[in-house]
Amino acid sequence: MSNSTVPRSRAEAETTEKASRAADATGERPGKRKLSGKLSLRLRFRRDRTLILMTLPAVALVLVFNYIPILGNVVAFQEYDPYVSDNGFVAMLESPWVGVEQFQRIFADSAFWDAVRNTLVLFGLQLVLFFPIPIVLALLINSVIRPRVRAVSQAILYLPHFFSWVLVITIFQQIFGGAGIIAQTLRQHGYEGFDLMTDPGIFKFLVTSEGVWKDAGWGVIVFLAALASVSPDLYEAAAMDGAGRWRRMWHVTLPALRPVIALLLVLRVGDALTVGFEQILLQRDAVGPGAAEVLDTYVWWNGVRNQDFSYAAAAGLIKGLVSVALVLAANKVAHFMGEQGVYKK
Amino acid sequence: MTAVIDKAALDEAAREPRWWEAPPRPVWEDEPGKAGVAGKGIVLAAACLAVLFPLWIVIVTSLSSKQTINAAGGLVVIPKGITFVAYQELLSGGQVTRAAIVSVCVTLVGTVFSMTVSVLAAYGLSRSGSLGHRWLLMTLLATMFFGAGLIPTYLLVQSLGLTDTYLALILPSAVSVFNILVLRAFFMGISPELIDSARIDGAGDWRILWQIVMPLSRAVIAVITLFYAVGYWSAWFNASIYLSDQSMMPLQNVMIQLVQKQEAPVGVSQAIKTGQISALAIQMAVMVMALLPVAVISPFVQKHFKKGMLTGAVKG
Repeated sequence: MSNSTVPRSRAEAETTEKASRAADATGERPGKRKLSGKLSLRLRFRRDRTLILMTLPAVALVLVFNYIPILGNVVAFQEYDPYVSDNGFVAMLESPWVGVEQFQRIFADSAFWDAVRNTLVLFGLQLVLFFPIPIVLALLINSVIRPRVRAVSQAILYLPHFFSWVLVITIFQQIFGGAGIIAQTLRQHGYEGFDLMTDPGIFKFLVTSEGVWKDAGWGVIVFLAALASVSPDLYEAAAMDGAGRWRRMWHVTLPALRPVIALLLVLRVGDALTVGFEQILLQRDAVGPGAAEVLDTYVWWNGVRNQDFSYAAAAGLIKGLVSVALVLAANKVAHFMGEQGVYKK
Repeated sequence: MTAVIDKAALDEAAREPRWWEAPPRPVWEDEPGKAGVAGKGIVLAAACLAVLFPLWIVIVTSLSSKQTINAAGGLVVIPKGITFVAYQELLSGGQVTRAAIVSVCVTLVGTVFSMTVSVLAAYGLSRSGSLGHRWLLMTLLATMFFGAGLIPTYLLVQSLGLTDTYLALILPSAVSVFNILVLRAFFMGISPELIDSARIDGAGDWRILWQIVMPLSRAVIAVITLFYAVGYWSAWFNASIYLSDQSMMPLQNVMIQLVQKQEAPVGVSQAIKTGQISALAIQMAVMVMALLPVAVISPFVQKHFKKGMLTGAVKG
């Protein structure tokens, strides 16, 4: 979660992994060297040592920054005192153990349950309001036959994906904020201005529309690729049978998209507790924690801000465990629907 | 006489469509109605306008003089003359100049580091059946299922003594397993005959990677480089928790202070106080500095995006 430079969703990862796994399984992928299992370990090491050496920097970084912190989750069962030692891990060894006391405190905290509720409400809204838009946009772009128009509109619609959240939110401020262009124009014509950026009541819709502005265009790519893989013969055959434009969309296009839609939907559900940490954290001060506190910001507030590390780590651990359970459940559902999930059955 | 006319008509039908004309539809497809075409055009134009209009306001306001901004009552939609005073002020030393340099350096160093590590790992894992291949791959893949959590990561970075160093902005997020997988899928698609013949000619793995695999993978390498660079350029959270010295902050963090929280930048506040430059123009200029590199570079890589995201899936 603190790994802020990795915005790619699990869904996108899946598309790549699926194919390379399929290649591993069949062993027919070009680029794979035929290897017999009869070589001794020593010979195999001599043959592959360069390859192993090349992999080591990445594996080392992942071990240090992704695996070691897992052990650090033991602070959730302590009363961690950062002042025992300058070194955080030494302090961890010397802090007293308190069992599940932190978890009891969390479950008794109404702010935690507010954060849970906000997280789930935001997830639901994003699912209903965000999810269909890239599909509609993809159908629209796919129906444009002028190549220039396609390329230019794609370039424009992809652009906001590459903007930082800081930029997206400041841009929204210039449009919908108290000094934004809409409020400014209203005031000039004698009406009262408004400030949507600080209104807790509509915050969830604001967050969702920021997400749509930034990433709906980018989401189109997956669906466009699925549409491009539909054989034109199917359309021709349908047209020969008298199917009009809409019937062709209903009976040819949508069935082609269905597996992609189902898979992305399931994977999004697996990711339900992550609803935009950086985006919401940036606006937390403006609207207040009542409306803007989600699980991730709750952890940040208690840990980084209030230095209550054990309490925050416990909250983070709850979120992490529920997330893993959701991912596994989502994959079960994907398998049940006959799709490949993130991992093989 | 008629033959001449027919020939012209035939030429007309046979020539390549000009760029503004639609390519011919397949014969079985009926021409769309005027209303349908207009409707689609309006929706698509509206979507593009929703992206471009806010950017237009920001850019125009950053280039406007104080008089124009006062006359417009704030943000400027229709430009009246162009002035670069806001940019001159921001780039003549001070907080924003320093932050821009920090951001550029972190992005360059971080991207080169991330790409080196990722390309090496992707090539190292691209031959299934090599020793330890499965275990090394699983070690990377498993991280896509769980996150260690913010607090333990924070404590680790602190214990390693990385706080208040620029390494804290690079190392914790240097490796994206997803990017490695994309590169790996692409490398695995390269013809084995090519690699085997290079091996027979005596090339080792380093040389094969450098002289055969990398030149053949330019498109996907361009996309992944862009992904990493945008990640470093856009990052602000790690700086906000690991750096305490305000003068070390990258551009995004300075933008939070100046634009989102409306604080006057150190060094330029004098020029704003004395009324030479509009504070609004300064804010918008900072935003343009943050968006310009991304907006200029990403369209050049656009035609490869699909490759970068879906290499494996499309080849299926």
